Amino acid sequence: MILDRFNDAAKRTVYSAQDFFTLAGKSLGFIFVKPFYAADLFQQMDVIGVGSLGIVLLTGFFTGMVLALQLSVQLQQLGQTALVGKLITASMVRELGPVLAGLMVAGRVGSGIAAQLGSMRVTEQIDALNTLGTDPIKKLATPRVLASLIMLPTLTIINDFVGILGGNIIAEFYLGVPSSMYWRTVFEQMLTGGFTLRYIPNDFVQGLTKPFVFGGIISLVACYHGLKTSGGTEGVGLATTRTVVTASILILVVDYFLTQIILAIFTP
Amino acid sequence: MTDEDDRRKVKDERRHPSEKDETAMPRRAHDSSRVRKAIRSELEEVAEEGAETQAESGPQPGRKPQSTVISIENVSLAFEDPILENVSFAAREGETIVVVGESGTGKSTILKLLLRLLIPDQGRVSIDGEDITHLTFDDALKVRQKMGMVFQGAALFDSMTVYENVAYPLREHTLLREDEIEARVREKLDFVDLDAERVMDQMPSELSGGMKKRVGIARGLANNPEIMLYDEPTSGLDPLTTATITYLILKLQRELGVTSVVVSHDIRSAFRMASKIALLQNKRIGFFGTPEEMTGSDDDYIREFLGGF
Repeated sequence: MILDRFNDAAKRTVYSAQDFFTLAGKSLGFIFVKPFYAADLFQQMDVIGVGSLGIVLLTGFFTGMVLALQLSVQLQQLGQTALVGKLITASMVRELGPVLAGLMVAGRVGSGIAAQLGSMRVTEQIDALNTLGTDPIKKLATPRVLASLIMLPTLTIINDFVGILGGNIIAEFYLGVPSSMYWRTVFEQMLTGGFTLRYIPNDFVQGLTKPFVFGGIISLVACYHGLKTSGGTEGVGLATTRTVVTASILILVVDYFLTQIILAIFTP
Repeated sequence: MTDEDDRRKVKDERRHPSEKDETAMPRRAHDSSRVRKAIRSELEEVAEEGAETQAESGPQPGRKPQSTVISIENVSLAFEDPILENVSFAAREGETIVVVGESGTGKSTILKLLLRLLIPDQGRVSIDGEDITHLTFDDALKVRQKMGMVFQGAALFDSMTVYENVAYPLREHTLLREDEIEARVREKLDFVDLDAERVMDQMPSELSGGMKKRVGIARGLANNPEIMLYDEPTSGLDPLTTATITYLILKLQRELGVTSVVVSHDIRSAFRMASKIALLQNKRIGFFGTPEEMTGSDDDYIREFLGGF
C-alpha cells in the first residue's frame, strides 16, 4: 500500500516534470517560429516591465538605503566609510538587485500570469483557442516568457541603479561621504572584477545572467500552473499560490547554483 | 410587442401553472403517468414541427446526394473509468445531430473527440472522410479550421472586444485586409441578429448571457466553417433567448447548409433543431434516429428519459 502510494507520487512528479519541460521547450522554441504575436509581446512587456517599475523602484531604493545604514555601523568602527560605495555596488549588482527584482516580479507578475491563464482555462478560453486553430502555448506562453526574459534584466538594471542611489543619499547625509567620492568607488568596484569579451565587466555579466534566468523561471512556472489549472475558481487560487511559492523558492535555490558556477568561471 | 413585454408574458405564463401546482400537489403525486403522457404528447408535437422544418431545409430534388461529413465509428475512451464504449454515429452534409443523455454520460467528450482535443483509445473519428485520430498536433489545428465551436459559457476572450473576438479566426488563418475583416465581422454579427454598430466595441463582460452565446456563434461562423459544434447552447438562458438560439442554429442549417453536432440537455430545443438524435446511455449510443422515431419508441429507457422532461 505504501509502495503503491510512493509509486503514484513518483509517477505524478515525473509526469509534471515532463509537462513542465515540454512547455518550456515549446515556449522557447516558438520564439523563432512564425506567426510572431508582436502585439501580445509588447503588451506583456508593458504589463511585466512598466507595470512592475513602481515596486522595483521602491524596493531597490530602500534596500540601497538600509544596506548603507547597516554597513555604516561596521565601516565607522573600522574607519573605512569611504568603502561604502564599493560594498553597496557589489551587493546590489551581484546579488540583491537580481534576487529582489526576481522575487518582486514573481509576486506581482507570476501571480498575475497564473491567475489570467488559470481563469482562461476554467472559462474554456484555452479550449476556444485550440478549436480556433491556435496553439495556446504559442499565443499565450511564448509572449509572456519572451517579455519576462527581456524585462527582468531591464528591471534589474533600474533596481541596481536606484539601490546605489539610495546608498548615495545615506552615504552623503549620514556618513558624510561626498557624492563624487561615492560614485568614484562605485565605478572602481564595477571595473575591478575583470572583463568578459574585453569590455563587459564581469559584475555586469553576473548581474544580468541571473535576472535572465529568473525571468524564464517566473514566466514558465506561472504559465505551467496557469495552463494546468483545474477545479474552477478554487483552482485559479491554488495555481496563483503555487506559482509564487515555487518561483520564489526556485529563484533562491537557482541563485546559489548560478553564483557557484559564475564564481568558478570568473575567479582566476 | 417589446422584449420586456415578451419576457413579462413568459413570466406570467410560467407563474400560473406553478401556483396551481402548489394546491394540486397531492393529486399530482398520484397522477405522474398522466403528466408524463402530456409531456410526451407535447414532445411529439414539437417533433412533428421539427420534422416539417427539417423537410424544408433537407435535401431538395435534383440536389446531389449528401455525403458523410462526420463519422464516429466504434469509439471507446477511458480515463480512470470508461467514458464511452463502442460509440458510433454519422452526420451527413447539412444535418444537425443532437446528442442527449443524462449528465456525466460523456456528451461533451464526443465534441472533444471531434475536435481532436481527445484521442480515442479505440475506434475512428473521421471528418470529411479523413481519419483524424492519428493526426499530429499541427495537422489537428488545420482540421479544426473546418469547424466552428460554440462553448457552454461562450468562452469569449475577455481581454478582447466583440469585434476582435469575431475577427480572431480571420486574423489567424486568412490574409484578408482589415476592411474585408470588418465587413465579415458585421455580416456575421448581423446573421446572429446583433446590432454590429452597438456591440462591436463592447467587451464580453458588458454582454448578457444570450448576447455572449450569439457572439460565440458569430465567432464560430467567422471562417465559414462546414461544421458547427455546440456545447449546451441553450443552458442557463431564459425561454425567449433559448428560442432565439434554437432559431439561429436552424437558420444556419437552412441558409448555409452547415453540418452541426449539438450537445444539449434541452430536449424541447433538441427536438426542434435535430435531424437526428443520439441518446447516450450507459456509455453507448442507446438510440440514434429522428425525433419522431424517438417519441414513437417503445424502449423503456427512452420513455422514461422523455417522461423526465
